[in-house]
Amino acid sequence: MKYTIDQNGYYGKFGGAFIPELLHPPVEELKEAFYAIKNDEDFKESYLNLLKDYVGRPTPLFYAERLSKKYDAHIYLKREDLNHTGAHKINNTIGQILLAQKMGKKEIIAETGAGQHGVATATVCALMGMECKVFMGEVDIERQAPNVARMKMLGAEVIPAKSGSKTLKDATNEAIRFWINNPSTYYIIGSVVGPHPYPEMVAHFQSIISEEIRTQLFEKTGKVNPDAVIACVGGGSNAAGAFYHFLDEQVDLIIAEAAGHGVETGKSAATSILGTEGVIHGSKSLLMQTEDGQIVEPHSISAGLDYPGIGPLHAHLIETKRAKVFAITDQEAVDAAFDLSRTEGIIPALESAHAFAVLEKISFKNQTIVINLSGRGDKDLSTYMKFL
Amino acid sequence: MNRINQLFQRKPKDVCSIFITAGFPNLNDTVQTVLELERNGVDMVEIGMPFSDPLADGETIQSSSLVALENGMTIDILFRQILAIREQSQIPIVLMGYFNPVFKYGLELFLKKCELSGVDGLIIPDISVEEYELSYKNLFDNYQVPLTFLVTPKTSTARFEKIKNHSSTFIYYVSSASTTGKTGEFSAEQLIDFEQMKSEEIKLPVLMGFGIHDSKTFKTACNYFDGGIIGSAFIRSRKEGKPIVDFVGEIKGIRTETVLR
Repeated sequence: MKYTIDQNGYYGKFGGAFIPELLHPPVEELKEAFYAIKNDEDFKESYLNLLKDYVGRPTPLFYAERLSKKYDAHIYLKREDLNHTGAHKINNTIGQILLAQKMGKKEIIAETGAGQHGVATATVCALMGMECKVFMGEVDIERQAPNVARMKMLGAEVIPAKSGSKTLKDATNEAIRFWINNPSTYYIIGSVVGPHPYPEMVAHFQSIISEEIRTQLFEKTGKVNPDAVIACVGGGSNAAGAFYHFLDEQVDLIIAEAAGHGVETGKSAATSILGTEGVIHGSKSLLMQTEDGQIVEPHSISAGLDYPGIGPLHAHLIETKRAKVFAITDQEAVDAAFDLSRTEGIIPALESAHAFAVLEKISFKNQTIVINLSGRGDKDLSTYMKFL
Repeated sequence: MNRINQLFQRKPKDVCSIFITAGFPNLNDTVQTVLELERNGVDMVEIGMPFSDPLADGETIQSSSLVALENGMTIDILFRQILAIREQSQIPIVLMGYFNPVFKYGLELFLKKCELSGVDGLIIPDISVEEYELSYKNLFDNYQVPLTFLVTPKTSTARFEKIKNHSSTFIYYVSSASTTGKTGEFSAEQLIDFEQMKSEEIKLPVLMGFGIHDSKTFKTACNYFDGGIIGSAFIRSRKEGKPIVDFVGEIKGIRTETVLR
């Protein structure tokens, strides 16, 4: 395996654990606990049982016939939008809540941007009877009122992050600060970011996506691998899951990132193009920053891609040219969302719509491709309504 | 000999170190603030390099960092300010800041300029001892700007040994598992932790920081260790416009008329 993490927690030159001494004990405790369950059969069984009976997995691999005809390719959609709570995020929170339970933790914290990871965390906390605090930027709380209501209904406390720009990066800062002050809590990070072992752990729990794709694709087509897998990347958890079992295979891995108003406009979240090497939220990766190393506020129409960094695995895939990146503007994503809605009867999340916009960028003539449909679009209706 | 080592040779106890945010409250206050602190009997200064995302800091230092950045503070401006300080003062100067701005600047160039401008040490809280050994020790070894590591009551014995091996000026002992700027008194549990730390065999001086905000907590730091580091309390006093002479006097217990927060 060329793309697995090394013993120091690095993918190539990206990753590691850049954390203050105060966080060392809880991160070390987590690392030990994670490696103890990583290949444990009993743990895997509890995890898979919950995914089956509670989340509704396996999610279908759907042959999108009309879309395939339109683009002269064989396009399969991995329907992560059909998961309980409406996105892939719950694969990770199920895994981490079981781990937290095993570690004897009573209180859970999480960060959230659009609220999808917050809802997925509040959900599993309700399921397990654990206390839940979700940090969310004050600006995002206003923008994403329905998800705030869902979290509250599920019994979680939503704590407004008032520092900095009051969005996802600041919510993450606040969650980390709370963790420093309360090291016995369990912090469920929602993406493949953060100090080692988080990127590896979240990718591990999301890898169920590509595990299922392989089986389902073989059953449907007799093919072991697709020609390409396409996924959107903010921090990168759904892409990590969709790529995982294809990393060492002859499969094109294609990342759709958020160009916002356009890469050159100053209102963008295209980290692979605009980002440079640095340290964000505990790991070395690519991030958007000023010449002085101050972290820059990104922009994307989709709150889930509105993050100034990218997971270290993806930074490595981009750096080594293993993955190809396409920057998709807000408008292109919205167009793709309307196109998918009217071609296949599926309203995608704005994040996932970025992945579909890649179809307009290159030809996949006669190829078999899988697009990871990471979430459903209900949460984005207020944005979509402006374009009706 | 490094100015920090000289300081501890000359004054082995009751060392008073104060943290300031560079470029706060105004861009060009750094030089005057340091000189005035020295005139009022402060032994060492830690100059914070502001960062947009200070993970280990409470609200006070977060907001002073933002103000400094809005004022236009950068690492290059800071080096010029330090050169200006060095024209008038030999006070030990430690730069403290998060890794990203330093990494972006280029660690080697940064270390070189620290040496040239007269910086005596660095505190970069998010370079853990593991990352230091893995990637940065070799570079640091080429320059006379040693890194000081943080040690907390929860740091394991094995890690503490590692940290001691890599330290050459002083150990920064964090009083409690918290972000910076707490204002309560120390609890009985904390005093037990301090006692434990005091009994450790450490060749280097130990300064205690985090939560040192008045004469009482400073005195505790001096009783258990070789001195204390005051950060957020000083930043708050700057915001309120309190004269430095009064602040330092109160911390050292020379003046006690004003109630400190």
